[in-house]
Amino acid sequence: MTQTFGVYGGRYVPETLIPALDELESAWASLRDDDSFHAELHHLLTTYAGRPTPLTRVERFAPDQRMYLKREDLMHTGAHKINNALGQAVIAQRLGKKRIIAETGAGQHGVATATVCARFGLECIVYMGSEDMRRQAPNVERMGLLGAEVRPVDFGTRTLKEATSEAIRDWIANVDTTYYLIGSCVGPAPYPEIVRELQRVIGRESREQILQIEGRLPETVVACVGGGSNAIGMFYDFVPDEDVRLIGVEAAGAASLGTGRAGVLHGARSSLLADEDGQIMDAHSISAGLDYPGVGPEHAYLRDTGRAQYVPCTDDEALAAFHRLCETEGIVPALESSHALARALDCGDDLVLVCLSGRGDKDLAEVLAR
Amino acid sequence: MKTLVVYLMAMPDTPALAQVAVEAGADIIEIGFPFSDPLADGPVIRRAGERALAAGMRTKQCLEVLAETRARVSVPLIPMTYASIYDAYGWERLVTDARAAGATSFIVPDLPADVHPELRRVQLVAPTSTDARLTLAANATDGWLYLVTVTGTTGARTELAPSLAPLAERARAVTDVPLYAGFGISTPEQARAAAELVDGIAVGSRAVEAAEAGPAELAQFVSSLRGALDALAFA
Repeated sequence: MTQTFGVYGGRYVPETLIPALDELESAWASLRDDDSFHAELHHLLTTYAGRPTPLTRVERFAPDQRMYLKREDLMHTGAHKINNALGQAVIAQRLGKKRIIAETGAGQHGVATATVCARFGLECIVYMGSEDMRRQAPNVERMGLLGAEVRPVDFGTRTLKEATSEAIRDWIANVDTTYYLIGSCVGPAPYPEIVRELQRVIGRESREQILQIEGRLPETVVACVGGGSNAIGMFYDFVPDEDVRLIGVEAAGAASLGTGRAGVLHGARSSLLADEDGQIMDAHSISAGLDYPGVGPEHAYLRDTGRAQYVPCTDDEALAAFHRLCETEGIVPALESSHALARALDCGDDLVLVCLSGRGDKDLAEVLAR
Repeated sequence: MKTLVVYLMAMPDTPALAQVAVEAGADIIEIGFPFSDPLADGPVIRRAGERALAAGMRTKQCLEVLAETRARVSVPLIPMTYASIYDAYGWERLVTDARAAGATSFIVPDLPADVHPELRRVQLVAPTSTDARLTLAANATDGWLYLVTVTGTTGARTELAPSLAPLAERARAVTDVPLYAGFGISTPEQARAAAELVDGIAVGSRAVEAAEAGPAELAQFVSSLRGALDALAFA
């Protein structure tokens, strides 16, 4: 039975893809409880990608709080995206697929995918909006160095939304040979669950680490939300800890959860920026990784049940947090993660855990141009 | 007689164009309600959808086009649009209002047969469909089964996909409903080759281009398809 999250999730895709999704679901059902799969993934994450990542206390950034950053920015390729890319590359190999396609917004998922494809000797094609290619030029060059082909998507918003649509169209045309390595907890089932399970390592490590350091759970856990993969990975192991507040931070101009409505995009029902006719609207964010009108269906479910709260952050607030972390801690955060930092500072709680989902090297041109 | 299905994107001039297509030999008209993110469509229909949205063709206006088309032609009319449009308008409400406006059935290209089964519609199957899914779709379908000839999105191809023949054979083995093939059929030669395998054909992208060029171009194109299908019947 196809997984849903309350009234969200499901499979809204052309029939052509259903057998491939069934195949993936069946493979995943056996792999998720397969010790050899987890052992292989653990080995890759620890010897290749840099797990576990530390927690860093940021006393100068947040002098009035006990704030800890989960340092996913220290992962190989500079963001949490490698957790998912490695896991799905192992799945693709078990399925015998040699051609990998992916979409990317900020380029972090594209770089992570290009990286694992180089590591495993797989063909890699990354779809990227031409506006995002302009904003994130260093990542485009990195993907090229890693042997991936970056295909510009030059219509519509020229950002992640269209890149995702084009990746899905490629998959429809090449489904027999191709594995679609989706970058966030979005898309048709079983992708949202697979991505969550591959990103859960963030929250699992963080929970153990904060208990070890502080002897108690945090009052609040904060993560930025575009598609929502770092947030769902960070939140998931804290969901049963009812006293821990979970706060997802959206770009104010891309608040799919804060201002969106239920709708269908990219194969799943979720909360979306859409008009009253169901037409998807444009999102706006300084951060390419948050510039997406949809969000993972499980976040819509966590919002509706009240277990997590989702709050907005403006471009200017994110930029201020970006500069503050650079100047007070010597850490250059991704603009995406800077949204979480801004709301963590004013959340009003003392013991706060923030997912620093990526580093900001890719954003220097965008920030310096301001 | 083989059936000819012609797709037109909903625009203010679609009722007149649909009449032209029917007079030139179309047996069924699909009317596309544009969606901002049409995953099953290639560039021609995607761009036509962008133009339609820019021209203000939202669900209400599309239903008006449907009703105006119904006033001009008596052939089956089938709105074709995506799940997001139904979700926003209300699944039951859109079916009710579209039927009131003259819709005969529905096609929802991003809705597999087992999702929203209560919406009676023309089901699509693809070369990748397993026999179990062919059976599921055939049992659920409304009137005829839409065979997607290619593993891919809508749009013209240089040749008829070799995947149609085995798909048609597998579909025929599980159902007696008429089988119409679409996606990738754009020329009279392809129409004829496809119609040798199935009961009818659907033409989308090339019809949309012809319609954009005007009524004369559309009439000529549809006539050429009709001629190819009829030549087959008398061959």
